Amino acid sequence: MQIQTDPEICVGAGMCALTAPDMFDQSEEDGTVVLLRDDLPYEGAENDVREAVERCPSGALRLAD
Amino acid sequence: MTHTGCPLSNGLPTHRENPLDPPEILGRLRSEQPIAPMVFPDGHEGWVVTDYALARELLVDSRLSSKGSLKHLAFPSDRAMDFDFEKDLPPGQFEHMDPPEHTRYRKLLTSDFTLRRMRRLVPRIEEIAADRVAAMRRKGPPADLVHDFAFPMSSEVICELLGIPVESRESFEADSSKLLNLDTAPEEVLGALHNITGLLGKVAAQKSSDPGDDLLTKLVTSGEVDEAELIGMSLLLLVAGHETTANMLSLGIYTLLREPDQLARLRADESLLEGAVEELLRLLTIVHIGVQRSPTEDMEIRGVPVKAGQTVLIHLPSTNRDPERFPDPDRLDVTRRAVGHLTFSHGIHQCLGQQLARLELRVGYATLLREFPDLRLAVPAEEVPMRENMTVYGVHELPVAW
Repeated sequence: MQIQTDPEICVGAGMCALTAPDMFDQSEEDGTVVLLRDDLPYEGAENDVREAVERCPSGALRLAD
Repeated sequence: MTHTGCPLSNGLPTHRENPLDPPEILGRLRSEQPIAPMVFPDGHEGWVVTDYALARELLVDSRLSSKGSLKHLAFPSDRAMDFDFEKDLPPGQFEHMDPPEHTRYRKLLTSDFTLRRMRRLVPRIEEIAADRVAAMRRKGPPADLVHDFAFPMSSEVICELLGIPVESRESFEADSSKLLNLDTAPEEVLGALHNITGLLGKVAAQKSSDPGDDLLTKLVTSGEVDEAELIGMSLLLLVAGHETTANMLSLGIYTLLREPDQLARLRADESLLEGAVEELLRLLTIVHIGVQRSPTEDMEIRGVPVKAGQTVLIHLPSTNRDPERFPDPDRLDVTRRAVGHLTFSHGIHQCLGQQLARLELRVGYATLLREFPDLRLAVPAEEVPMRENMTVYGVHELPVAW
């Protein structure tokens, strides 16, 4: 599973940081998505990432399997 | 105008058979016609969507426009024919724009509404909630949860964030209430709009000479927007920032007081609160006027031909009751995984202030439940007046005792 982020289309809703805080954050400068790491550091991380993708309103967060 | 065979021939019904559920006809439509014809009160022949999956598809489809000039008032009201987004509202109302105009305004604000920034406000939100509880104790019991707690709390939070003097609270709340009330005469709507934009213009002008640590100061000094745009943006933030949270606070408490088993579970285990906030947001979906989109080209939606310019209303309350997505959807279940609800909409216009709203609701509910272990309605539940005549749903007042 590869996590792809696109800050250009991100609208800064914060759903990724809310859903999977160990994986995603928002930039201080413009609020857009920041990927913190590309491994899955804990059990259940994959589920959290999938849920973050589902909740992302703009399509800025995608998965490539 | 009569349209036989069209179940919604005069916009959305305002009356609800059960105050906590959307009008029954919309639930019936979902199973029969997930996209159904609806004649808006101004005569426009458009559509209404009640299906969760379809709503999500449409809300991210860039062929659908959010332009204000394509929108129509969805509830019957004297002002349905008159209101003109372009003429009557100041510029900067980016919820009624498409990219790239929408992008420009939203980008100016996103860093100020991040989850991290909002979490930094929690200690202050807790102080504000505690002050309101103290005021309720001085006054009662009984007290009115709407005007003694919910509105003052959410107004004070948004005033501090924007940099609007809290002393102007009663004046802008009265005007905002007129804007949202379907029974307000059209000329009164314009008067209320004039009052609020006048107030915001005055506040913005003061920020240049007397800057503060607030969002309006930041926008004024950024040089990115002119005065009219600044007023328009602040109007959107102020009205959206206090009306929605205030109504969700009081309607949420009303709902819990009507469901003593669910309330008891929540009182017994405060770790359920975060999920309960999502569940109440889902169940109550106070933006009962929905959101509107219009195709910029002719298209087929679930096999139904929809012409360019025909407005499609996404009825958010019904989408959140779709049993395909939320089993047993009409039941309040504070342990449910309600994430994925469309209460804050979806797509690029999803609510900018949603993380602030979540935190205010969590603090507000937690404070009330902790401080008033015996909180109860001071009138029979059926006598609580519901906001059927307002574009944001809720209770007009909520007499409580403790």
